[in-house]
This record gives sequence, C-alpha cells and structure tokens, in this order.
Amino acid sequence: MSEGTRAKIRKILTFVEEIHSEMGRGVEPPTRRAAAVAVIENPFAGKYVQDLSELMDIGEELGELLTQRAVACLGIPATSVESYGKAAAVGEDGELEHAAAILHPKLGAPVRRVLGKGAALIPSAKKRGGMGVPLDIPLGHKDAAFVRSHFDAMEVRVPDAPRAGEIVVAIAVTDSGRPLARIGGLTKEQIKGEDGLR
Amino acid sequence: MHEVKVRKMVTVVEYIYHEGGPVAEKPLRRAAALAVIHNPFAGSFFLEIQDFMEDLKPLGLAMANSLVSALGGAVSEIEGYGKGAIVGAAGELEHGALWHAPGGYGMREVLGGAKAIVASTKKVGGPGTRLDVPITHINASYVRSHFDSMEVGIADSPRADEILLALVMTSGPRIHNRAGGLAASEIQGKDGLR
Repeated sequence: MSEGTRAKIRKILTFVEEIHSEMGRGVEPPTRRAAAVAVIENPFAGKYVQDLSELMDIGEELGELLTQRAVACLGIPATSVESYGKAAAVGEDGELEHAAAILHPKLGAPVRRVLGKGAALIPSAKKRGGMGVPLDIPLGHKDAAFVRSHFDAMEVRVPDAPRAGEIVVAIAVTDSGRPLARIGGLTKEQIKGEDGLR
Repeated sequence: MHEVKVRKMVTVVEYIYHEGGPVAEKPLRRAAALAVIHNPFAGSFFLEIQDFMEDLKPLGLAMANSLVSALGGAVSEIEGYGKGAIVGAAGELEHGALWHAPGGYGMREVLGGAKAIVASTKKVGGPGTRLDVPITHINASYVRSHFDSMEVGIADSPRADEILLALVMTSGPRIHNRAGGLAASEIQGKDGLR
C-alpha cells in the first residue's frame, strides 16, 4: 500500500451486488450494496498486549479508505448512501478485542466524514476465524437505526484470509434498503434524523 | 429463443499488494463478474439446448465490459482471463457448458483478438457453492507466470432453477511469480499456446 499508512495492507477487495429481481418480480431500480475489505497484518498476533491504540489508529485510517472505496463502487455521491455497516475477522493468533479496537473507537468518524452524515450507530459484527471465514456485515440506515426497510446484511469472504497473523476489515454501504421491502415500520421518508434512531 | 432473466449481478475486485514478499508498486488486480440467471431448462431433460448460447451473448459482452471497467478501463492492461459456471440443483452440467461460447466470445470481443483458449470450469451445486475459476494468459496458454485462479461464489446462489455465470480477468502475473517456464515476454503469439 502507499507510503505513510499505518496499516500493513496485503490486499484490498471490493464487492458490488445488484439485485434485479426476487421471486420473478422486478426490482427497479436494482438495489445495490457495496463492500470494501482490507486484509492487514495484526501487529499484536501471538501475544497479549494491553494498549491497543495502534489498532485504533489503523481503524481510523481504514474507516476513510474503505468507505471511499465502497462508495466509489456504487458510483453515487457519498451523500446518497442510505445504509452502512462494518465487520472484522481476526486470524487465529489474534483476539476478538483486536477487532473491537479497529472497529469501535475511531473508525466511525472518518466514515461519517466521507458520507457527510451518519447520525445512527454503525452496526457491526466481529469474529475470529480461519481463511475464508464468511463475515455477515450488518446493515442499518445511516441516519435512523429504526428504519425497518434498511435492516439488512451483506456476506463477504476472502478465500485466503485471514491468515493466523492477519485481520480482515470490512465496510459496506448501500444505495437502498432490501429489495421489495414490505414489512412496515418506520420508513426513510419519516426520518427525523436527530437522535440517530428515528 | 429464451429470455435471459438476471436476478442478481455481483462484481468482485481484488487488489493484491503482496503475499509475504516485496510490496508491488502497482498491485495485481483480479476481477470477477458474476450473473445469476434463471435456467430455462431446469427440471426436465431437453435435447435441444444450443440456441441458449446465442441468447447469452449480450450478457457475456456486458459482463466482459464491466470487468474491463472494474480493472481501470484500459483493455491493454488485461493479461489473464478465465470463465466458469455453477448450475443449480434442478439443472445439469451440460447447461453450464452453454456458457463456454458466449462467455469466451464476450471477452474476446472486448479484448480484441485474444488468442489463447479461455480456461474454464463448471459444476452443479447449491447456494453458496464456491468455484475456483482458472486463469491463464490471454494470448498464450503456456505462460507460467499467469497461471492463477480466483475463487468466487454467492451466498444465496444458485438456487435450484438458476445458473451462476462467471467471467474473470486479471491485470498481470501472480504477485510473487518465480516458478519459471514460458515468460510473457517470450510469447510468439501464433497458436495461442506459446
């Protein structure tokens, strides 16, 4: 990866899914989800380290990088993103807390900076696993967590990662909710956008 | 004539910076375009199926174009390719074989005269089945540095009456290739092999 980055990146992947129909019924326009995923070295693999601030800084860096890459895949203005989510998978020589250090303290701010807003909590998932472990990235509306049409998830996996000393970090964004959403609840048109919930 | 009904399109791009060795100036890029379509022959044995190859040509072309875009837009930077299919449980392997011609056609058309046979693989499987799509150099099958593969799959595909179609392109050799053999610089470019 380019000079000056904290994260030692082995690989970046992007995924775009467009859903054109469900049960033979057209989805127009197609709903689209995109994810950007980085495979990085885990600086704390194989040992217990009390201070995880290095991983927090890496999270901040990846928050910006991966959000930009994922939005670019959708080809829309960043402000048009509707929902988001994040996830990490730690290789077998790391601990779950390493994923937490990347995802929770500092990753969110640059995500929101790129998107222009993001009042809602960024839903997240984490696990420890071997190479190819699937990550189900939870998705929720970026400005109001209770928007029911946007409760969703996107599965990603990297066949050759995480190796034992690596971490897979993923950010997903969408331009829409579920295809053919029809189970009621708060709609995106009803968002007040003040508390991040409704 | 069968309508090609697309349920879902997925594009995956990998940027590989290193694999334990020196970090590349320019990462190796691999991209896969996946389309999940309805299998018009699911559930019964049909003797005549070849017309569907013609029907699939526009999709093959569209997927090949989307791969070039995903890899940066320059045809001249595409060095490897491959294709594959996963047929859902109500279909047969032969339905996957229908992808050979239109998938290869699409990529050759877009790349403008690639000479090597397009490496391929296929299987019958359920949703989430993974497929290792083989990759070789677009102009000479024996170029050892470009023997590669890309694993693809979609969690909810193919359903029983669907086919998952895959095309793959790459921007170059394996990231730390050093296994010798015919080099890309030695290609004669006459027979598609060397």
